[in-house]
Amino acid sequence: MTNEAIKEYITQHAPDATYDETGEWLNIVVESNQLKPLAAVLHGQPMQMDFLFCLTCVDYTTHLTMVYHFTATKDRSMNIVIKTNLDRANPIIETLCDIWRTAEFHEREVFEMFGVTFLHHPDLRNLILEEETAIAVDEKKEGGDEKKGYWPLRKDFEDPINMIKL
Amino acid sequence: MYNQTEIIKDTTDLGPDGELVINMGPQHPATHGVLHLVVTLNGETIKKIEPHLGYIHRSIEKMCERLSYRQFIYVTSRMDYLSSHINNTACALLIEKGMQIEVPERAKVVRTILNELTRIASHELWIGAMAMDLGAFTPFFYAFREREMITDIMEDTCGARLTMNYIVPGGLMYDIHPNFQTKVKAFVKQFKEKVTEYEDLVTGNIIFQSRTKGVGVLTAEDAISYGCSGPVARASGVSCDMRKIAPYDAYDRVEFDEVIETAGDSFARYIVRVKEMNQSIRIIEQLIDNIPEGEFVGKTKNVLKLNKGEFYQRVETARGEFGVFIVSEGGTTPYRIKFRSPGFSNLSVLNHIAKGSKIGDLMATMGTLDLVIPDIDR
Repeated sequence: MTNEAIKEYITQHAPDATYDETGEWLNIVVESNQLKPLAAVLHGQPMQMDFLFCLTCVDYTTHLTMVYHFTATKDRSMNIVIKTNLDRANPIIETLCDIWRTAEFHEREVFEMFGVTFLHHPDLRNLILEEETAIAVDEKKEGGDEKKGYWPLRKDFEDPINMIKL
Repeated sequence: MYNQTEIIKDTTDLGPDGELVINMGPQHPATHGVLHLVVTLNGETIKKIEPHLGYIHRSIEKMCERLSYRQFIYVTSRMDYLSSHINNTACALLIEKGMQIEVPERAKVVRTILNELTRIASHELWIGAMAMDLGAFTPFFYAFREREMITDIMEDTCGARLTMNYIVPGGLMYDIHPNFQTKVKAFVKQFKEKVTEYEDLVTGNIIFQSRTKGVGVLTAEDAISYGCSGPVARASGVSCDMRKIAPYDAYDRVEFDEVIETAGDSFARYIVRVKEMNQSIRIIEQLIDNIPEGEFVGKTKNVLKLNKGEFYQRVETARGEFGVFIVSEGGTTPYRIKFRSPGFSNLSVLNHIAKGSKIGDLMATMGTLDLVIPDIDR
């Protein structure tokens, strides 16, 4: 499928989607509540985007952006990038675990590094960092300190002991 | 992380269905690194495997946000330390793509040869270590005999045996050693003579076959869904070789076959890697006599600045698809960098394929996934 055909097909299912073709691959920006229905459409016929090869998050200090890279194993030349912006204070999004199983580990990593909550994730716990840090965060939240969470890949993360500023 | 992992002192204190939880790792001879698996057993049958990561987590992605585009390549050698040339190539290719740097032909060909030598070295180490996990000690010495020749070539070329850092944006750090071609040819000759020894020792070995055939079967659908790549996915019949799909450097001008098996078990994954070494030799033979003369590095500015935008580069390491994703704000350092490591996705499938098998078979399953822990933890 060409980019034009993909755009036309996606517009049928997500009318509000915006497109960006300046990069190497077609970028599609959707609202966070539209992501899950659109993902199911992409995974089904006729596009069969069955390979989620990269799932990550970017902190733009004003908001968080989830970035998903998809490709089809039937036609590996077809690659698309889906992005969705999240509220930085309360980032919540639906999980994609039930469609792409690889999302389970990648979403756990994003959860602990950026503090994004994935709804309906089967096992949302820390994967790489220690569990204790997550507990400390919960206690702080109840105490009313809203700013701090232990999310190392956010831009405002400070760790005077382990980080060396150049 | 640790609360579930207390050593069970009283053996009468078992779970509801007589389940026993044991820790495999972080110090275990068969995990080849600090991988920690919490295995739930019923008798000898595996109920659940839960990987606990992070024992060698260095937050490389955060570290790279403070390093310049010339510096961050050195850190990537420390991720998948058995494929460091290939990791370096991925980063160099991304910067060359983002800044439209012209790479000389000589550099492209040398990079391809080095990448294939790295792949052979990695698979050699894997064969030795994996056979040792299953109780065969001898193949380790056979494999290391040839691997030693490769590390000697690497040492001549760039002074390092493991963390090379030889590939820079624009080409190579310096020219190849005058003896490079002679030594590589000697290696190719010896490898072709000796590779039959592995076949005799391991492939045809009836004990090895009965321990790996039908163990840890991964179907093609699951391989795709779990994001597996490299020899793990190719052993399940999924075509996923980045050298074919998106050729980089000199891969568009060499002939080689993508090795695909369909059985999906541990033995198929073994066969794919052995056959892949022969294909790598084929690539090296086509290129080693045709290294073009000329410059070894293209013209670059002293300070590299990537244009504003997002860039992604994929390469095929010895373990599968390695991806670098960079978000640039136009400065001298990346705004956000993400490494899509093949081992991370390949590890996620372990619980699925090992569930229901015996704990002794876990060695074969885990061994053939070829996990490198610093690559998973990053």
